[in-house]
Amino acid sequence: MSYEELLTEIALSDERFIVMTAENRALVRNIPAKLGNRFIDTGITEQTMIGAAAGLALRGRIPVVHALASFLTMRAFEFVRTDAGIPNLPVKLSSFIPGFLSDGNGPTHQAVEDIALMRGIPNMTVFAPADEDDLVKMLPQIWSHPHPSYVRINTRKTDYVHSPFELGKAEVIAEGDDVTILTYGLLFEQALIAVEILKKEGLSVGLVNLRSLKPVDEQAILHATRNSKLTVTLEDHFLTGGLYSIVAEVLLKHSLTANVLPFALNEKWFKPSLLPNVMEHEGFTGKQIAEKILGYNTRFHQPEISIPQFSE
Amino acid sequence: MQSVLTNTNQLEATALKVREHIIKMSTDGGCFVGASLSAADLIVYLYSEFLNVNPNNLTDPNRDYLFLSKGHDVPALYGTFAELGLLDRERLKNHLSINDNIYWHPNTKIPGIEFHSGSLGHLPSVAIGVAMDIKIRGGNNKVICIMGDGELNEGTCWEAVLVASAYKLDNLIFVIDRNQFQANMATEDLIPLEPLHDKFTAFGAAVKRINGHSFEALHEAFSAYPFETGKLNVVIADTVRGKGLPSIERRADRWFCNFNATEVEDLLKELHGEHTTQLTSETLVVR
Repeated sequence: MSYEELLTEIALSDERFIVMTAENRALVRNIPAKLGNRFIDTGITEQTMIGAAAGLALRGRIPVVHALASFLTMRAFEFVRTDAGIPNLPVKLSSFIPGFLSDGNGPTHQAVEDIALMRGIPNMTVFAPADEDDLVKMLPQIWSHPHPSYVRINTRKTDYVHSPFELGKAEVIAEGDDVTILTYGLLFEQALIAVEILKKEGLSVGLVNLRSLKPVDEQAILHATRNSKLTVTLEDHFLTGGLYSIVAEVLLKHSLTANVLPFALNEKWFKPSLLPNVMEHEGFTGKQIAEKILGYNTRFHQPEISIPQFSE
Repeated sequence: MQSVLTNTNQLEATALKVREHIIKMSTDGGCFVGASLSAADLIVYLYSEFLNVNPNNLTDPNRDYLFLSKGHDVPALYGTFAELGLLDRERLKNHLSINDNIYWHPNTKIPGIEFHSGSLGHLPSVAIGVAMDIKIRGGNNKVICIMGDGELNEGTCWEAVLVASAYKLDNLIFVIDRNQFQANMATEDLIPLEPLHDKFTAFGAAVKRINGHSFEALHEAFSAYPFETGKLNVVIADTVRGKGLPSIERRADRWFCNFNATEVEDLLKELHGEHTTQLTSETLVVR
């Protein structure tokens, strides 16, 4: 099932749902015809869309709002914080092309601080699915939860079949004594490749798909850092405020320390190009990740990374 | 709605009481007294004559809604609530108390406050969301959003007019408290707004510009609601900042005021036309 099919099904079966967009219809192309006046496009007005979503939520609605991740989280930040966050209204943010998924757009469109910004808002919940299967498994719970939410929409298809979603719980794919990779979102696909390489090289490797970044699964993080010699955080986000920071906060809270190797954007935006080139250039392919962990080159052949099919 | 206003005297008496409350809140920490005094008459009018809001229907989805986007004039709203039985008058003495929720901007913990505000340019869009939902459900409730003239510097106010016009929200009324000042500057000396009527008309709204201190004028304008089918209603209420207190009226330096006890006593007399106050407290206070 696709994002749009799921949203259509839920919105048609529950009158409380309103589908909104700030003139970004890539994820909701067929919904206007099906939902009638419960589909609202406010034009290129991210701030007004969020304010109006708060007003709709005041009246008992559950607005699911769509815009590009960078504009939703940054241009409209104060509206999200003030009009959805302070009153704790169930405004549901669906952010399009977050992280590396903005591929060729350039730094204006790069939401690589969105997790940091959104998790800093009291009452806000934050999620990042690994692929379409993960996305579709998590949304029913997120949308029926009474708090505002931020979801890094990721509609990429992988062959991986995820376990059922539980809000606030990570998906533990594997446990390992040598290395555990903690990741979320689109890089899960590359993490799977890295794990395969590392295993071939004789390491015992764990992998955790965080899924829910706020509330975060502290036990999954503590377990990984306790049981592996090295913990890797892997994210298409700034080093500041994302998963690396979350892991640091969790460890400090429990008076612990660990060997942590972060893969993140350190004080830089990424070089714009098509997604496969971006990943390669920034060193985030499965092969590059594994080789950095190992400290040497392998003979492994990196599978091709597909170019996203969507456009604005 | 009646076309002739028969209780002007009563409205004036209520507004006078509200102004007394505002003056009493302008000490021990102070408040935005000038903007509260400019909006007092229109808020008293709206709650007394126009809005279907009373102590018994505050959670009824069929009530009317008033959003105070220029939240710093909330003393005028609390004073009105106190006079119309929505709020215990005694509670106004808790202004700025750590044990209550009455402070310089509105809080929804006070019954009758529909949404918190303080950051300018937010509630026009929140009001749009409520007006859209009422339209979807086929309701007849009216939605008002009061904005300051200075607030109109914020681009989101104009975004909201575009969107409200696009969605033909004729159940929504933007009321502009046109008191000619923004914080410590005259609007026309800083970011000129005129011709304001034309600006809103050009954005697709049906506009009325009236004397915001005349209950007859307010009544005539609001009795014509909805002004035009399918159009956002805009009322530009020409007002005087500090209205009722000649010693602070139209003074750029009397924005946020924290008067001392003697000044408050004298200002209350001044309100009743018995006195002229010698103001000694600090001016140009920034909060």
